[in-house]
Amino acid sequence: MDLVSTRFEKCIKCTICTVYCPVAKANPDYPGPKESGPDGERLRIKSPEYYDEALKLCTNCKRCETACPSNVNVGDIIAVARGKFEKKKLNPKLVRDYILSHTDLFGSLSTPLAPLVNKITDSPIIKTIMDKTVAIDKHKSLPKYAFGSFRNWYKKQADTQMQFKRQVSYFHGCYVNYNNPQLGKDLIKVLNAMNIGVKLLKKEKCCGVPLIANGFHDKARKNAQFNVKHMTDAVEQFNTPILSTSSTCALTLKQEYPHVLNVDNSKISSKLDFITSFLLREFMNGNMPTLKPVNKTIVYHTPCHLERSGLAIFTIELLRTIPGLKVIVLNSECCGSAGTYGFKKENYEVSMKIGQGLFEQIKQANADFAITDCETCKWQIEENSDLETIHPVTLLAQCLSD
Amino acid sequence: MAKVTRFNTEVLIIGGGATGTSIMRDCALRGITCILLDKGDIASGTTGRNHGLLHSGARYAVTDGESARECIQENKILKHIASHCIEDTSGLFITLPEDDLDFQSTFIDACASAGIDTQRLTAQQALDLEPNVNPSLIGAVKVPDGTLDPFRLCASNVLDAKSHGAQLLTYSMVQSFIRIGDRIIGAKCINTRTNEQFEVYAQEVINAAGIWGKNICHYADLNVQMLPAKGSLLVFEHRINDLVINRCRKPADADILVPGDSISLIGTTSEEIDYKDIDSLKISEKEVNILIEEGGKLAPILAQTRILRAYAGVRPLVDIGGGDGRNISRGIVLLDHEQRDGLAGFSSILGGKLMTSRLMAEMTTDLIANKLGNATQCSTHLKPLPGSITSNKSKTKKTVFTTKAATHRHGETAVATFDQSTKGKSIVCECEMVSVGEIEYAIKQLDVTNLVDLRRRTRLGMGSCQGELCTYRASSLFCDFGNCSGYESSKLLMQFFEERWKGIKPVLFGDALREAEFTYWLYEGLFGASAINQLGEKQQDKDYYEI
Repeated sequence: MDLVSTRFEKCIKCTICTVYCPVAKANPDYPGPKESGPDGERLRIKSPEYYDEALKLCTNCKRCETACPSNVNVGDIIAVARGKFEKKKLNPKLVRDYILSHTDLFGSLSTPLAPLVNKITDSPIIKTIMDKTVAIDKHKSLPKYAFGSFRNWYKKQADTQMQFKRQVSYFHGCYVNYNNPQLGKDLIKVLNAMNIGVKLLKKEKCCGVPLIANGFHDKARKNAQFNVKHMTDAVEQFNTPILSTSSTCALTLKQEYPHVLNVDNSKISSKLDFITSFLLREFMNGNMPTLKPVNKTIVYHTPCHLERSGLAIFTIELLRTIPGLKVIVLNSECCGSAGTYGFKKENYEVSMKIGQGLFEQIKQANADFAITDCETCKWQIEENSDLETIHPVTLLAQCLSD
Repeated sequence: MAKVTRFNTEVLIIGGGATGTSIMRDCALRGITCILLDKGDIASGTTGRNHGLLHSGARYAVTDGESARECIQENKILKHIASHCIEDTSGLFITLPEDDLDFQSTFIDACASAGIDTQRLTAQQALDLEPNVNPSLIGAVKVPDGTLDPFRLCASNVLDAKSHGAQLLTYSMVQSFIRIGDRIIGAKCINTRTNEQFEVYAQEVINAAGIWGKNICHYADLNVQMLPAKGSLLVFEHRINDLVINRCRKPADADILVPGDSISLIGTTSEEIDYKDIDSLKISEKEVNILIEEGGKLAPILAQTRILRAYAGVRPLVDIGGGDGRNISRGIVLLDHEQRDGLAGFSSILGGKLMTSRLMAEMTTDLIANKLGNATQCSTHLKPLPGSITSNKSKTKKTVFTTKAATHRHGETAVATFDQSTKGKSIVCECEMVSVGEIEYAIKQLDVTNLVDLRRRTRLGMGSCQGELCTYRASSLFCDFGNCSGYESSKLLMQFFEERWKGIKPVLFGDALREAEFTYWLYEGLFGASAINQLGEKQQDKDYYEI
């Protein structure tokens, strides 16, 4: 038992984590982070038979950790316990969990056939069938795939990017690669306007977060080791920062690798940065591209994992540098999607209950569109508020003077 | 003059520790009527203030072969009759680089002659079994040590005795003996909670009061020399070892680390104290430091583990001819005062240890039964205690953790009677998984009169928060199930915190300090708890709660 795993003993049982837990509020079957985390860990050390299957109801949003005044990594404790004790049952839900979590595999299979795959997954009949067979809730739309991946597109850009004197490495993640290459393109556009070229890692795999959430820890650990290796190569070779546009990928690379997967990332950890944190620092140091005024009102939603990283303030301040933009910062609440969680039939109702407060806030704000740093928050908000939701980098790209 | 309640019984037992409650059960099973008195709760003296170690006898094998033999014999019996009080963890006797490895052979030989199974392990084998043991060890011997929950053992003894007609009177003190000539025929007593006086008339009075037995003898104008030796221990927040860890050398300070339920314990120190101090034990900074330093040699992780509290007990050693507290025999001393001092109707059972409590009871009850002309044989070594009786057919699904934890504590039969309604299943103590139903059972069936008693029966308040989050909930249940007024239950709450505070004070640093500060802030800062004691009885309940 190493010291990291016994940090639960710093818990003084103040229960603030449970007060801030969106799941405990919406679902009485979930005992809450205090009981599932530090309390449970103590009992699980006594005997593994105190492992509670209800731990799978945790969305891994990590708001408990943000709330904890004793610096206990409550969410990590729960995630590690799930990795250690959760038993996979052979049933249709396992198939679903496999499909939802192996974003790499299904992304690379789907992008060449995107128009067809998207049409199929959007069909009401297929939705009903998926609902009945593998328990993907029929109210949900599966993420749309792009026709051709980001990496494929980038190949033709590589030479141009090499021309820039300053370079950054970009961990694009599955979402940019398979679902929304436009965000990657927007990032390149913005950074190029600041005279910074963009490199990709030689190879990358899914950061692992959906695998962790669905109990495929071994596979997640392999991905982590693979990514750390390629990120280390990039740092050793080019000494560039490694940026991410997904708040969840960023948190995973930096914190979940050592805390949950026990993968050492200490060599590159200081090089990892979230895009808005990098951009705002650049802006404040005088490297700011010229931006056109935008006379629009936006609502900003703080993703849970960005909240946990303590970086939300960078996105908010970055948005405020855009001339003419009216920024309404919504109360920081979980949207309920929590990655793959909200897609599952058994979680759909709870997921909607969790997000209800946020949806209400958005509806009342009457904004032109919503901004958020997380792809699954985006899907959830668009699906439940009819408000177009975009990434801060996409907004910046639209504001660039051509 | 007010009429004094009188009880008549065959045997009056004084002292509700492991020995007293075992005698109570033994008498009851032989059909001898008995009443057991304790000035406090059962298991509130030395019985509840030790390691809770189920000795294999190995610790005594080299120095005291007789104790070793008694231990291994009782070890096997207890595993059979009190399985719910025991975790069969096994124990390691480790040799560190500064210890003499040759002692291992002496130790193994001594164990063999006492009938204790041993298994010599390499350092690596020991580490595989117990990953937190000091990795610099050079050898280890595995022995059949385990853990023994003394609270559960006493409660089960009482439960079984009561179901066979025995009677328990807690918070009842002997004030004097009633004598006719050279025979003791009873005792004048007082209930310390109600200040009501009463008398118990008995054919035989047994002094099983442990270290307090000297006082009891004093009431009979007899003199017994006892050597009180204080032993202090520290409780850690969670289990850091799965096997008991001992040092393979002559017994010394702080060389036993025991995993007890959800925690680990390191002990003990040994310090001779004045007899007058046996009720006001203080744990010094020096003792805490010794325990952490020496304990860290058994399992280095201990030095970084949060300490919950400290406590101390007094070894009930009888002076049978000099020597200091550690080297004196812990042998069983049964005194038939009729033979020894010419005082009939009175016997004392002194010395011994938790491990031999059943045997001590058997010896005592044999003596008493003989005097009473009862020829029934002892059966306490054969019949399982109530919590240890498991039905073969009902493999009840214990998916609910409170049920799982309660089954470990009380056995299947008792748990089946718990209130299964939503209220009954609600969790009160989150650290130790105690439900409303379990508390109701404890208050109604297990002679619980306050929160401290409740802690001994259920582990409520023994966890990480030391009662911070559960006791205010539990105290209100004394209104529901224990005929307490709101005012009285608030006082129980304060009494509990004062008791916990005593144990936290010696380790008031690090996380224990943070936790204590938070508890103080909650109860004093938010609830103004100290005002409860200032409120008179007149102002109680209604006025108070309507404000």
